[in-house]
Amino acid sequence: MNTVLSLVYLLATGTFIAGLKMLGHPETAKRGNLIAALGMGMAIAGTLLLHTLEVPVFVYALIVTAIVLGGIIGWLIAVKVEMTKMPELVSLFNGFGGASAALIGLVAYGNTATDTSTAIMATIIAGVIIGSTTFSGSFVAWAKLNGSMRSTISLPKYNLINNLVALGILLFGTFLVWTGTDNLLYLYLLALAALVYGVLFVIPIGGADMPVVISLLNSLTGIAAAITGILYDNMVMLVGGILVGSAGLILTFAMCKAMNRSLSNVIFGGFGEAVSSERGAKVAGHIKKTSPSDTAVLMNYADNVIIVPGYGLAVAQAQHVIHEMETLLTDRGVNVRYAIHPVAGRMPGHMNVLLAESNVDYDKLIEMDDINPQFVHADVVLVVGANDVVNPAAHNDPSSPIYGMPILEVENAKHIVVNKRSMKPGYAGIENELFYHQKTAMLFGDAKAALTDLVSELKNM
Amino acid sequence: MIHTLIDFVNDHLQMIYILLLAVFIGLEVIKNIPAVLHTPLMSGANALSGVVIVGAILVMLHADPNNYLALGLGFIAVVLGIVNVVGGFAVTHRMLQMFSKKKI
Repeated sequence: MNTVLSLVYLLATGTFIAGLKMLGHPETAKRGNLIAALGMGMAIAGTLLLHTLEVPVFVYALIVTAIVLGGIIGWLIAVKVEMTKMPELVSLFNGFGGASAALIGLVAYGNTATDTSTAIMATIIAGVIIGSTTFSGSFVAWAKLNGSMRSTISLPKYNLINNLVALGILLFGTFLVWTGTDNLLYLYLLALAALVYGVLFVIPIGGADMPVVISLLNSLTGIAAAITGILYDNMVMLVGGILVGSAGLILTFAMCKAMNRSLSNVIFGGFGEAVSSERGAKVAGHIKKTSPSDTAVLMNYADNVIIVPGYGLAVAQAQHVIHEMETLLTDRGVNVRYAIHPVAGRMPGHMNVLLAESNVDYDKLIEMDDINPQFVHADVVLVVGANDVVNPAAHNDPSSPIYGMPILEVENAKHIVVNKRSMKPGYAGIENELFYHQKTAMLFGDAKAALTDLVSELKNM
Repeated sequence: MIHTLIDFVNDHLQMIYILLLAVFIGLEVIKNIPAVLHTPLMSGANALSGVVIVGAILVMLHADPNNYLALGLGFIAVVLGIVNVVGGFAVTHRMLQMFSKKKI
């Protein structure tokens, strides 16, 4: 490998580490992202231009075409996508990365088939297995998040079946390495089996746990990239891939912690299905309805109002209206704040992004641990499109699947107004006794429509 | 099998050291991140995992120019990899842009 290219790779690796570090601090995050992107650009340009291989012009043309084409597609998706669709998008991109790793393995196998050492075989096969699994797994996660696939699907004995399939793939892979076969068909079969495994792996996991799965799959893509790096003795891929691998794993654990669940619970737990069937009927009682005008009066004469935004707010695109309402109330001397649950929205930090998009003041977004003691002083809590994160069952019902999850303690407030489209249970598929609480009034309707009515009522006062 | 394993370790000792250290850098760098930044961070890390694009380019450069299947698959690998890279960085930037707008 030539020296200039090695230096370029070294520099790029440095930018990855620095970029990732800077991404972790609010002030430097933007610069960190740009620095890492610059490093990536250098690595790509270096790989393409600084090599000692003899390559026909048309292959060059093909590579450049692919880069331009993919670059345009990626850019367009990134610019057009709505912020509410962020988790799906990350999952989709991640799937592409996995597919890329798997394809590299398939092609590299053909390239090196004449002189395959056991070590090279092993890296190729590991790359194909991990890449294919991430690809299909990410697509299932994507489909679950955007609603084209049911959020909970339970297959009979899925733990046993999945583990058997995984074991089978491992044995098959080892067998291929052992025999050093040069039959491509076997490798395609292996890739196919890994694709099936990816689907089986993600399907039983509930929709609410998808962010954890995406983060885990993201980490796996990094490992696939690192393995490909070993194949080509390429440091930038090795270090870059491992960085993402370990960082992704930490992030996965952080998300699990925010939901008070263990990783094995997420993967093997089969959340939702079995437990919710025995519940459901248990919560019953009287529901009190309210109207936008009553809610407006209530909030207008309050001193402290806390808004609990949930994913329902985001899907209804109501983040701008809620900001308008907040400004109106603030102008009238009401102290308005937002209570942000760590997993509000679909991913940790997702709600912050959405509210920042509509210009909500950063200081008004209060994190769970800081806002929880404040609910006692709140006159009105307005819950918009949130459900599981305010479910008291997490505190007082050991049989509930979300028991032990940290929640926003809205039940301590004087009045609670809950905006929901219907009485349908939330993402976790469980009932919420908060809605039947005597302090709670339900404001039914689409979040955007209901909040718009609220705003016009407020303006009339 | 044991022999090839030992040979592999011997030949790649440096790489194994790097791998080990990189794992720890990854773990350390991400420690104590405010929850606010989890989403951009995940998206940024996702963009970084697009570093497979380097491998995709390499595999095409190494491919036999007469092997159209290899070139075709390599082409797809490059397209998918670059979508991950460009899309990932662009969308992360877009998210962070919203945060920094607030600071002014």
